[in-house]
Order: sequence, then C-alpha cells, then structure tokens
Amino acid sequence: MTRDFPPPVTGHVPVLRLGDVLLVTLQGDLHDSTAEQLQQDIGEAITRNRAAGVVIDVSGVEIVDSFLGRVLAEIAAKARLLAAETVVAGMRPAVAITMVELGLFLPGLRTALSTEDAIRLVGGGDAHPAARPGGTRQGSP
Amino acid sequence: MPEYGAAGQGGTAAREVGGFLLRRREQIAQRWADETLFRTVFTVSREEAVEAGRTVVEALAQVAGADLSADPEAPGFLVVREQLSQIGSARTRTGLTPSQVSHDVDALRPPTVDLLVADLPDAAPEAVREATNVLTVLMGTLRLVVMETALSEGQALIDRQRLQLLEMTTPVIQLWDGIVAVPLIGTLDSARSQIVMETLLESVVEQRARFAILDITGVPTVDSLVAQHLMKTVAAARLMGAECVVSGIRPAIAQTIVHLGLDLGTVVTRATLADALGYALRKLGTDIVSEASHGAGER
Amino acid sequence: METAAGVEACLPIRSDMDLVWVRQHVRQAAALLGFGLVDQTKLVTAASELARNTLVHGGGGRMEAAHVVRGRVNGLRLVFADDGPGIPDLDRALTDGYTSGDGLGMGLGGARRLVHEFAIDSAPGAGTTVTVTSWSVRPPLPREEA
Repeated sequence: MTRDFPPPVTGHVPVLRLGDVLLVTLQGDLHDSTAEQLQQDIGEAITRNRAAGVVIDVSGVEIVDSFLGRVLAEIAAKARLLAAETVVAGMRPAVAITMVELGLFLPGLRTALSTEDAIRLVGGGDAHPAARPGGTRQGSP
Repeated sequence: MPEYGAAGQGGTAAREVGGFLLRRREQIAQRWADETLFRTVFTVSREEAVEAGRTVVEALAQVAGADLSADPEAPGFLVVREQLSQIGSARTRTGLTPSQVSHDVDALRPPTVDLLVADLPDAAPEAVREATNVLTVLMGTLRLVVMETALSEGQALIDRQRLQLLEMTTPVIQLWDGIVAVPLIGTLDSARSQIVMETLLESVVEQRARFAILDITGVPTVDSLVAQHLMKTVAAARLMGAECVVSGIRPAIAQTIVHLGLDLGTVVTRATLADALGYALRKLGTDIVSEASHGAGER
Repeated sequence: METAAGVEACLPIRSDMDLVWVRQHVRQAAALLGFGLVDQTKLVTAASELARNTLVHGGGGRMEAAHVVRGRVNGLRLVFADDGPGIPDLDRALTDGYTSGDGLGMGLGGARRLVHEFAIDSAPGAGTTVTVTSWSVRPPLPREEA
C-alpha cells in the first residue's frame, strides 16, 4: 500500500542499536505509511546488525488499532524469520484494554512492562541502558 | 388526566391565572421562600430562594397563559426542572421521602390560592371558583414535575455515588515487590468488573508489577459476562507485559464455569491467594520456605 | 454548552494523513465531553477503524462529529459516510475475521464492540454510512453550592 507522496519529515522512526538489541521508540499518532516504513527499516537493521532482539517501546502510543496491531505482529514474524526475538514494552492500560475489546490479542508477541525488562528478556544483558527509574514510561495520565 | 380536561375549556380563567401569577410573582415568591420546600432546597440564603421562586412563578404564569396547566411536558416546566434540579441532592442530603416532597410541594398551594382570592375581590364567585380550579390543576402539575425532578436527580446522584463506592471497594494491595493483588468481595457486575480491570492494570504500571492476582474468594457467583471480564483482564495484562493469576475459584464457581462451557484454558488459576502468591514468587525467582526451626511456618 | 464548538466538525477522509486528523479530533472532542481515558481510547480506536474502512473500502468519504445529550450525560456521535461500492453482505461484514482488504479483519465487528451504539446503512452501489455513539458514562460532578 504505497502512497504517492513521500512520508513527512516526522514520519521516520529511528531504530537504535544497543549491543545486539534494536530499540525502537514509538511516539504519539503514527501514520500508516510511517508504520510500514518502520517495518521495512527494522527488517534491514536486523540483517545489518545481526541483532538477536527487537524491543519496541510503545509507552508513548495512545492507540493501537488493527492496522498498527498487524504491523507489530508482522514485525515480530519477520524478525523471527531472521532469528531475532521481538518484545513490545510499556503498553498503556487503556490501550491494552481497548485492544482486547477489539479482539487484538497478538498471541505471537512477547511483552514486557518496561524497555529494561524487555532488553533483559531478549538477552541484551550487557547492553543495559543507564538506570532509568520508572522505565521510559512518561507517567500514565 | 381526564378529570382536569374541563379546565382546558376555561381559557379565560387560565389567562386570568397567568396574569395573576405575573402580577403577584414577588409576593408569591416571598411566601414560598418560607415554605419547607424552598427552605430545604435553597440553603444558602433566603434571597436565593426568593429568586428561584420568582423564576418558577414566571414559568407557571407562562404555562397557565398557554392554557397548558395540566401538561407536565409544557415548555414552561423546563425552567422549573432546571431551577429545582438541586432538589435531588437536597433530598439525598436530608433523607426526604417522595411523599414528603409531594407534601412540601402541596404546601405551596394554600398561600397561593389565598393570594389569588385576595387578588380578585370584585370577580363573580363563579369566576373565582374557575380561577381557583385552574390554579389547583397547575399546582398539581407542578407537584408532578417536582417529584419527577427529585426522583431522577436523586437517581443520578445515586449512580455517581455507586461509582465512587465501586472505586473505593476495589483496593489494590502490593503483596511483594512486583506483585499486586485485588481481593474481590461481593457481587461482580459488568460495571464493577470494568473498574476492577482498570484499577488493577493501572496499579500494574504504578507498582511495576510483573504479577497481578485477582482473588475471587469473596465473590458468590460468576456469570459468563464476569468470566469474560476476567479473561479480558488477563489478556490486557499480558499485552502490558504482566501475568494475571486468578485465585480463589470456589468449587461452586468452578462448576458454573464448566457448565457455561467457558474455557479458562489460557488463564493461570490457583486455589488460594497464598498459592497464587507462591506461584508468582517462584516465577520471580524468590521463594518462601517454611523453616520450622525459625518458627516461620505459620502465617 | 460551550463544548459544542470543539466537538462539531466535518472532516474529509481522503488519505492516511486524514486518519490522523480524525483520530486527533475524536480524542479532543471526547476529552472535552468528559470521557474517561479508557472510553476516549476506545472511541478513538473505533474511529480509526471506521475511517480506515471509509478510506480503503469506500474510496474515501467524510466523518461528521456531533455532540449529543441524553438526560445529563454527554455523548459523541460520529458518522462515517462514503459513496463507495457499498457492502453486499452486512451480516458477514460484521463477523470477526471477515476482511476484504488489509488488516486483521477486525474493522467493523471490532469497532462495534468499542462503542455504545452502532448502526450501519449500506447497499451495493449506494455507499456506506456507519453511525456510532458513545456516552461519557461518568456523569459530570454535581454542581455543589460553594
């Protein structure tokens, strides 16, 4: 589903590397095209860095609809084929409740309370980011 | 209200009453301000009561003028409902029963009728009687409207308080570093289940709890809707990266769940809150062992 | 009520950029009307699903938002309309797992579970109109005399 116009400047989500773990932080309202671009970027980054894990921090995401849910599931499936494990971290309660109501359970996806937990989960123990109490969550409203 | 139907024919009498109400609104409002109804509803000052009374009388004048004295849906009564909307909370505050409200509204009638009779010294007895009739019908409708307002406002207040109570009766307890629990007591309905779910998940975030225990030992029955809510809570907790354990499913409830054909397959359950805590502790890599020598076996 | 100003709107749904506007408007309107966080999130998610349907299956259209009141409770009504090919089998379209395009097949059925009232009007060749309403269940705090 490619659109004819180029993605806006803000429409690019950076993929950071921490040891053998890739860290992606999603913020605010995501464009469909941005989400699809990200899916592609992560795939390339895994191959380039021989990453063992992908951590997607969604603590700044206000809604996950079926489209974004599908993108997350596909990122995880693709990463698995490339021998990397994906963990979604820091989902807000309201978002989780809504996804369940919507019927989006994302069974194939691993989850964690915070990015720290997630990084530990995918075995990036040596790449511990500086201790940040409270994780990366911006205090739930 | 067929017995009042005749009043509608007295269009002149109705207009008469409308005119009277407008002319004497100040006096009527002054009288009403001292009656129980206005004293209970408007507690801040007498001026406030007079002001409200004046507005109500003007609205009644409009209703009478439009010859709608017997119609509680008359546009004029909208103002009355607004003016007296505080009656609901006043009723709850003072514990007024509906019949007291009814009585208090009825008490507004005699002083008004007195003023009406005094206002028509030269009118024929027939005209006075007709006007009094119209006024009586009008006050009867007012009583109906006030009752309605009082009851619906009271209901709204009860709903709000029920919600507040629900939030208070859902205490989330931190059992251990990384383990929170909600002991549920009493009947779970859909609204309460919703609040339980939200409260528990919020505390998962606040306490950074990897385990959340829903203890339903004190819940007498579980229907399919509640079971669904439990499963949704478990699923939502999982999406957030926490594991939700349901404990205290009593045999009768287990029976119901089986009867309803519900599959709790993906839900981790434990017989008691203690077992659930033990399960969570083990998973966290902590464990409580009873050492008889230290006398720590008993809790 | 002064909230009406921030609530009433008619937004075009022509591109995925418009979906962002739709979500933002619904979020803002629901917050203005006193929706709790979970209810806001549910309604915004439903709007996102429905707007995407309008875009992908209806070939674009519009969303109208309106403030509705029942008793003392505020509600937000959203109407998604397109002039697309319409839905031949509504019952099937409302079933989970049914999909004629992208997504996980949650679109209509899922959105229905996220709102309090749901109505759909569609016929082959006549476009589709979906109307949803949700209420800010928690009523405003009582106006206590200071």
